Amino acid sequence: MVLRRVLVRAAWLLASLLLASFLIFAVANALPGDMAQILLGTNAAPGEAEALRERLGLNRPFLVRYLEWLGGVLQLDFGNSYIGNRPIGPLIAARLEVTLSLTILGMLLAVLVALPIGAYAAARRRHLDGAAVSALSQVGLAIPAFWAGIWLVIIFAVQLRWLPASGYVSYWDSIGQWLLHLILPVISLALVQGSVISRYVRSSVIEVMQEDYFRTARAVGWSKTRALVRHGLRNIAISLLTVIGLQLATLLVGAIIIEQVFALNGLGSTLLRAVSGRDLGVVQAIVLLLVWSVLIINFLVDVAYQIIDPRLRRAAEAR
Amino acid sequence: MKRATLYLGLSLIGLVVLLAVVGIFWTPYSPTAMVGPRLARPGWPHLLGTDGFGADIFSRIINGAKIVLLVGIVSVSGAALVGVPTGIFAGMKRGWAGEIPARLADILYGFPALLLAILFAAALGGSTWTAMLAISISTVPAFVRIARAATLQVMSQGYVEAARLSGTPSPSVAVRHVLPNIAPVLGVQASVSFGIAILAEAGLSYLGLGSRASEPTWGRMLREAQDYIFSEPIQALWPGLAIAVATMGFNLLGDGLRDLLDPRLRELR
Repeated sequence: MVLRRVLVRAAWLLASLLLASFLIFAVANALPGDMAQILLGTNAAPGEAEALRERLGLNRPFLVRYLEWLGGVLQLDFGNSYIGNRPIGPLIAARLEVTLSLTILGMLLAVLVALPIGAYAAARRRHLDGAAVSALSQVGLAIPAFWAGIWLVIIFAVQLRWLPASGYVSYWDSIGQWLLHLILPVISLALVQGSVISRYVRSSVIEVMQEDYFRTARAVGWSKTRALVRHGLRNIAISLLTVIGLQLATLLVGAIIIEQVFALNGLGSTLLRAVSGRDLGVVQAIVLLLVWSVLIINFLVDVAYQIIDPRLRRAAEAR
Repeated sequence: MKRATLYLGLSLIGLVVLLAVVGIFWTPYSPTAMVGPRLARPGWPHLLGTDGFGADIFSRIINGAKIVLLVGIVSVSGAALVGVPTGIFAGMKRGWAGEIPARLADILYGFPALLLAILFAAALGGSTWTAMLAISISTVPAFVRIARAATLQVMSQGYVEAARLSGTPSPSVAVRHVLPNIAPVLGVQASVSFGIAILAEAGLSYLGLGSRASEPTWGRMLREAQDYIFSEPIQALWPGLAIAVATMGFNLLGDGLRDLLDPRLRELR
């Protein structure tokens, strides 16, 4: 029964991947008008524009171009950039490491910090310190990650000179330098993400603490922590999964902005350079990659749900 | 104390609204002109100092409040105008006609506003309007989902059943019974979406994809302030503070409204 539900969900995933790719292609190719003219500027000779259209394949019908593009993408061929006429695939692949390092470390740190903080805020919710932690997370929610980043730079790079203000060193060149350069960007991402996640953790811990099984465990003399760890983890894991799925898009978007703050040359910087150069081939490829990864990871989260949550499994079997 | 969240949220929003309304008629100086020495410290006559160009920062903050509220109001009400009727329709209609909009909203939910705005900026050139359009479109699915869920709940109530059985046509059931009953939930959603819209706009103009240079927004001011983090870090303080105050105002308002609606949930958050 679980399998059937997963298959249905997979069909929806396919549909949404297709729809997203079509929307992205449509916006990038139908809205701008005559791409060749835009790239050449207004004082180009008419023949030049025609030649460029021919080279970029802009003369053929929209739907044919979409299907060709999609076919290429499925074979990891994203076409060539409008500017410089270089293959887009390798261009993206070279930048992937920066963005992946940033997002993965950012999410890890956020979860690691949010779990104890959220649990603490829940356990002490009727005390001043618990309330203070909740209030602090409310502040974290309202602060733009890039503003936090700017201040981290001002404090730890400019004033204290403890950490580099910008730049990236590849993991393969030096793990120490890699980590050193990523500390500030990762903290600025995790600050905001952690605030959101800690609120979810807090409410799911409170929920567990109001359950009968928790009260029974306490009544027979278990400590709060022991009762939570033995009985509450599954519940908390489920709500953690939800929030990670939900936050993934915000995390990726946050990473794009954070890359700008710390001059990290990742996907975000490449994307923004392409936007200012109006290199729509590169723009649509990177946006597609980001949106598809959000959709696919959300699908995986859904599947993990089915496995973790026995209530869902039983509900499915009862049908 | 009971409604502290709500009142704190309302007063923060009130502050931003006050700045914005004042900004429509008057700012101490022109927000875009060179009116003093460059990079003056906070003091008199420039309350918050001047920026790297010599423009008055306080005037620019006031002007930014205007733009932030404009973006929030236009994008949230635009999204509600499309999303709410769609959601109600999806909630009232049985079968595939109700299923399709709900599924579409599920697919588009989580399409980040920023990516959409980047697409628009690449295709059309970035401006406050492309930013608003992108934020608005990416907010629609949230309204569809919440309106549909709330409608489904209302539809199982006795009074709706009675209205339907007595032959009231669907559109008037929607307007007379469904809409008033789901309005509070929509209010919460609108408040939350407003906060998200403010952050999205700030991010966009920080990246240089939102407002043009002639319209100083808080995000754009932060972008410019970053050039002076070595000599005048205080430049990076005011715009970020303004963004945080405005966002927190709407977040708290949303939380406060939710508490009012469902006091049982109070503990959980």
